[in-house]
Amino acid sequence: MSMTLAEKILARASGRKRVRPGDIVTCQVDLAMMHDSSGPRRLAPMLEELGVDVWDPGKAVIITDHFVGESDTDSVQIQALTRNWATQRPLRGYHEAQGICHVVLPERGHLRPGMFVVGGDSHSTTGGAFGCFMTGLGATDMAGVLATGSTWMRVPETLRVRVDGVLGPGVAAKDVMLFLCHEIGINGAGYMAAEYTGSGVTAMAMDERMVLSNMAVEIGAKCGIVAADDTTLNWLAGVGVEVNDSDDWQSDPDATVAREITIDAAGLMPQVAAPHSPENSAPVDTHTGTAIDQAYIGACTGAKLDDLRMVARIVEGQQVAEGVRFFVAPASVRIAEEAEREGTLESLRAAGATILPSACGACIGLGPARLGAGEVGISSSSRNFQGRMGDPSSQTYLSSPYTVAASALAGCIADPRGYL
Amino acid sequence: MSAPGRAWVYGDDINTDLLAPAAYLKGSMEDLASHCLEDLDANFAATVREGDVFVAGANLGIGSSREQAPQALHILGIRTILAKSFGRIFYRNALNLGIPTLVCPQADRVRSGDRLRIDASAGVVHNLNTGEDLSCEPLPDHLLEMVGDGGLIPHLKKKLSGS
Repeated sequence: MSMTLAEKILARASGRKRVRPGDIVTCQVDLAMMHDSSGPRRLAPMLEELGVDVWDPGKAVIITDHFVGESDTDSVQIQALTRNWATQRPLRGYHEAQGICHVVLPERGHLRPGMFVVGGDSHSTTGGAFGCFMTGLGATDMAGVLATGSTWMRVPETLRVRVDGVLGPGVAAKDVMLFLCHEIGINGAGYMAAEYTGSGVTAMAMDERMVLSNMAVEIGAKCGIVAADDTTLNWLAGVGVEVNDSDDWQSDPDATVAREITIDAAGLMPQVAAPHSPENSAPVDTHTGTAIDQAYIGACTGAKLDDLRMVARIVEGQQVAEGVRFFVAPASVRIAEEAEREGTLESLRAAGATILPSACGACIGLGPARLGAGEVGISSSSRNFQGRMGDPSSQTYLSSPYTVAASALAGCIADPRGYL
Repeated sequence: MSAPGRAWVYGDDINTDLLAPAAYLKGSMEDLASHCLEDLDANFAATVREGDVFVAGANLGIGSSREQAPQALHILGIRTILAKSFGRIFYRNALNLGIPTLVCPQADRVRSGDRLRIDASAGVVHNLNTGEDLSCEPLPDHLLEMVGDGGLIPHLKKKLSGS
């Protein structure tokens, strides 16, 4: 009776001995995460209509990140509504303006292996890096969760992504994911669970594994799981989460998967995704020399501490090219503090970076790093759909933090391996 | 069985940023809806009518979890959504709003302006212009029931009140 990790978690959450792909099960939710855009401003009227409140405030967390740093009246009112609603309950956690929800959630010790977690945002798959089944839901679905404590899931087939070997210098998890987006397409893992394994994943620190899980949604996956190992447990212990049952939350060796893809980490080149889709990715040399107006380090995908360190390795002692705007929005306040303490932020500032608030920012078309008409940007975020990061006529390329940093120095898309 | 609706046909990879541009997420739903798909088809929001059918290729609604994407279509009058495949969150969102949303592998046989009569429970799309019947993947029973109730909130309301 072997099962994949995703199946084991859904079996446990639905109170069954085992589940099979295609089964439709009702799962008890261990934790519900919301943010200020899809959270109380949309949910509260629905709960009022139902005449119920949060089924278990001890299992709900709100983290504001979308309209943080915005000063217009609508944003201020949304923030106030969210704050009041969250603090009246009170919930397990309310983290205001502390960074992007997908990074703050594990940072504040809310995740542990084996949990079934839903989040009101598509990049909720990020939580899978901690051995959780975590998936994104829309606002009405979340209202249903808050009202009942449960939701339905179709048990997904599993896509196993095996990363063999170790990534070369200047190559990062982001390159793995852009390569995968191209290999299987923007919805190539539609409705499936992506599970990342192999020596290349084992070698990755948590910040890098979070990129794999984060971008699982860019291949259409329901979740993107990395089974817990010592790296996971050490990281969690650092945020006060002790785990004793991680052996229970591993795929069985003989579990059936629908598809397996192997990526040769050592042979992987830095990747760049051209406008307007993450699946338009190709080795960096396809685009080297393309002039840029802006380089952006930000979002839940590409502004964690290791991402900022990658940037510092490239730009240390250098200056950003004349005429290029270089923005860095650390993914959380804690990350910004740590990067400040160790001198990483100072290196970035010295190279010409402007440090922005820890919020979703330009990745959702907000804040000062939006692109103007006809402008070209390169970004460490995960989505470059037309108009997402600014004017509909702007062009966004996606890459790793290394490649964004090298491009900022060069003034055009550049291979970071020449800058290490 | 629905009354016949006019088809609006688009291609693959229609994402949530096109359907619900982020610049308008903070304002009213009506304002957001008036910008639905404007970067792809500037005439869509102004000319779509009550009862129309939205037809797309592969991967409709990929991207964000923002429920405003299907909600904008609904506000503009779209009453059924067909696509070869969906982004999974969009699919759930549309059904939660009570919009019959069907996986239709032959969606590319429909032309813009065709009049379609749709039987969501049987999973059949009848094209009144061509006489052709297209079959869709049937909705699971629990989703058919939810859509029949008008979406997740009315469905839960019924269940919570025990009726």
